[in-house]
Amino acid sequence: MSEVLAYKPVLEVRDLRVSFHVREGEVQAVRGVDFHVNPGEVLGIVGESGCGKSVTAQTLMRLIPSPPSRIKSGSVRFLGEEVLLKSEKEMQQLRGSKMGMIFQDPMTSLNPTMTVGRQITENLKKHLKMSSAAAQKRAVEMLKLVGIPGAETRIHQYPHEFSGGMRQRVMIAIALSCDPALLIADEPTTALDVTIQAQILEVLNDLRGRLNTSIILITHNLGIVAGICDRVVVMYGGQVAETGTVKEIFNHPKHPYTEGLLKSLPRLDTSKDEPLIPIHGAPPDLVNPPTGCAFTPRCPYAMKICQRLDPGLIDCGGTQAARCWLNHPKVQEAKA
Amino acid sequence: MVRYITVKLLYMLFTLFILATATFFLMKVIPGNPFLGEKKLPTQIYNNIMEKYGFDQPLYKQYLKYMNNLIHFDLGTSMKSTHLTVNKIIHSSFSNSAKLGIAAIIVSIIAGIGLGIISALYHGKVIDHFTSILAVIGVSIPSFVIGPLLQYFLGVKLGWFHVAGLKGPLDYIMPTITLSALPIAFIARLTRSNMIEVMNAEFIKTAKSKGLAKSFIIYHHALRNAILPVVTYLGPMTANIITGSVVVEAIFGIAGLGKYFIDSVTNRDYTLIMGVTLFYAAILMIMRFCTDVAYVFVDPRIKLSGREGNA
Amino acid sequence: MASNTRDSLQAHSSSLEWRDDIFRPDDFEDIDVYRSPGPDLQRESISAWRDAWLRLKSNRMAMFWLTILLIIVIMSIVGPLLTPYDYYTNDLMNTNKPPSAEHWFGTDDLGRDMFERVWMGATISLRVGLFAALIDLFIGVIYGGIMGYFGGRVDEIMNRAAEILYSIPHILIIILLVVIMTPSLFTIVLALGLTGWVNMAWIVRGQIMQLKNMDYVMASRSLGASSARIIFRHLIPNTLGPILVTLMLTVPSAIFAEAFLSFLGLGVQSPAASWGTMISDARSAMTVFPWRLFFPAAFISLTMLAFNLFGDGLRDAFDPKMRK
Repeated sequence: MSEVLAYKPVLEVRDLRVSFHVREGEVQAVRGVDFHVNPGEVLGIVGESGCGKSVTAQTLMRLIPSPPSRIKSGSVRFLGEEVLLKSEKEMQQLRGSKMGMIFQDPMTSLNPTMTVGRQITENLKKHLKMSSAAAQKRAVEMLKLVGIPGAETRIHQYPHEFSGGMRQRVMIAIALSCDPALLIADEPTTALDVTIQAQILEVLNDLRGRLNTSIILITHNLGIVAGICDRVVVMYGGQVAETGTVKEIFNHPKHPYTEGLLKSLPRLDTSKDEPLIPIHGAPPDLVNPPTGCAFTPRCPYAMKICQRLDPGLIDCGGTQAARCWLNHPKVQEAKA
Repeated sequence: MVRYITVKLLYMLFTLFILATATFFLMKVIPGNPFLGEKKLPTQIYNNIMEKYGFDQPLYKQYLKYMNNLIHFDLGTSMKSTHLTVNKIIHSSFSNSAKLGIAAIIVSIIAGIGLGIISALYHGKVIDHFTSILAVIGVSIPSFVIGPLLQYFLGVKLGWFHVAGLKGPLDYIMPTITLSALPIAFIARLTRSNMIEVMNAEFIKTAKSKGLAKSFIIYHHALRNAILPVVTYLGPMTANIITGSVVVEAIFGIAGLGKYFIDSVTNRDYTLIMGVTLFYAAILMIMRFCTDVAYVFVDPRIKLSGREGNA
Repeated sequence: MASNTRDSLQAHSSSLEWRDDIFRPDDFEDIDVYRSPGPDLQRESISAWRDAWLRLKSNRMAMFWLTILLIIVIMSIVGPLLTPYDYYTNDLMNTNKPPSAEHWFGTDDLGRDMFERVWMGATISLRVGLFAALIDLFIGVIYGGIMGYFGGRVDEIMNRAAEILYSIPHILIIILLVVIMTPSLFTIVLALGLTGWVNMAWIVRGQIMQLKNMDYVMASRSLGASSARIIFRHLIPNTLGPILVTLMLTVPSAIFAEAFLSFLGLGVQSPAASWGTMISDARSAMTVFPWRLFFPAAFISLTMLAFNLFGDGLRDAFDPKMRK
């Protein structure tokens, strides 16, 4: 990752707020999220279910249906253009060509009544204006690239003739077929067996070297992040709880939630006597989000101020920042 | 494929065999026969008739003869109109029923799928509520209510159509509406819920993430998946239309098979009852068979085997 | 206690938004919120039945049609008491009278009061619906329960038999049976019950197949419970939702079948008044005496509409996909 390129991020998200309107009221799923993705970089977005990571990802491509969702404010700049101001037609130009996406469950994310080949080629025909023959050729290449043996015959088959892992490879092939600048992978391995998970991650890892694609990898599994990502955004309660490089986050977590996530992760290098520590309690109610820090009720270090005020992201040196009062100099002074 | 079709065919024949046997013995259980009417026939004539229909034979012989005739597609001679065979009656009357039935099937499929898709695409909007109400009404109001009401309003009050008969093409309109109201409603509800489910499916999101236009997604990705299950309804729909035709032919005074069936029932014309029942059952089973085979072709997920494709 | 794990913490706070004066003196005191239960523990556990009832209650459409149904049921009992007439006495001086203060729904060709006859028709329809549904339930649950529970060969043979019955047009069998047994309310209900249970059996079978591999059945089996005990203690209570829904949607089809047969002259015999008979009788004179057609037509349509829509609401209430 070169220093120069870092100034020109592929994607820059500022103060993104997304809500859902349901019968109980307005669910503030994403509450002011900031992050960016540098060229060629793999950014991990981590958090438990309901923390807003999937909503964020789908908002980047404007894929969440509205209503019930509503993008309330913020900016998503992709390759220097504002995504949130684009018309549906302009979005269609962007999706599939400059931005690709793969989803959690490969068993349901392919059309069961259409051959795999056609599901790849329709993309190419639409965006690259390829002829059928050229698209067919490219589809075979893509399937080979993601490691599907016998690609020439398999493009004529239907999704049910593929295993889960193979279907996810097909999804990757579809998403990457037009050589996008950004690939959004929304929990791409969650629905797969552990051995298959590793294979899919290997495919992604291999491709990031060969193509000029930045990747946003959304997951609840810190282990996956450690294996493949450059930087991490930890999300909690619709906000960024902590952000930094993988090294920073894993070595010196500055947010108790990140710390909790790491402690609840089984590791080979710790002794067996050291217990895994779960994070107690449940995620915050996003219909009536707390005024203070959202993690307060579950935080082992909670203070009075945490209930009252949200600290905002506090710079912790390097590229690391965390939404926690403990990083405030005044607090450290008092605690010392 | 051959094995699948063979097995399906064998089941169909077996079902028909069971039905034929059951109807035969049911008819024999009934005390008396249509010739033992209020007017007592002279013994000699009565015995002649008994001989003609083979009623003087032992039961098993009658059964074997009946089955033998069935295999040769001979449904016997009517007991009321003794100069007519059941085959002739079916032959002469079925064309009217078939024309109406086919018209109703075509209208049902087109209107049902059309309404279903429209209301799914405008899910929750006024037009959706409107079609939903229409569909519930179609399911709930019996054909013998719709028919007379149409006759009263469109036929008598407005004078648009002939109240009865099948002389011109316009005369098909009221019977066809009456006959297809129920299947239209069913197909519309089925298509609507399928379409809504499909539009929420993950693979539609995938298609969106490829940047495909909405109309393209609806046409190429959603429609086929949403309409597929409608194919399975073709069997029950035929049953509905056969049932409906009995009433519709009575209401609109159409000389079709349904009318003969009702006449045969009120006249206790047993050979005709048996013959028409078997004929109806055969049509229905052939429709079901075609549906099963068609489904294999339209849904790539169904793997062919001799057993039921309950995929 | 918090600070010792945070020894490595270093202050690099360059861009702090907070001014110093926002802090209160006690702000940095630790609080003990750590063990307070999350919202998931506070939520009371609601049983599936209560859940379904709550959803049904909030479905205004379903509740509206339930009310209509109750009104029809009550009127079928109370209605006949509201007029001085009865449904079977001929009054040849007052034939084919339009609706009036004396005869609210008019009279028919024999001078019988239509208001009385309409509610008599309601009684017949509701009775047919109820008993046909009960027979369906009885045969269907037993047949389907056996199919689903034993599975394998038993299931295959029984399923084949059910399929044969299912593939024959019901109305034809019902007509045959009614012809053979001479038409009456009893024969109609019997014929309906004997042919209509297949759907119920399949629903029960499907539910049981799904449930029988679940943990609690395994558990009670490992504790040595007998098959019968498992079926009646565990499986059937859990399949009650779908059964109830199927039952509710069986009623309108039974009502339809009875009216259909009566319309064709194979149903309830005069002077008893089925809606189907009334519609059939009214047809010949509908241009002159339309009310004789409209009242029974309106009430059978309303009743079937009410059962169908309430049944839909019930299904939505029990559908686990709707549960959040």
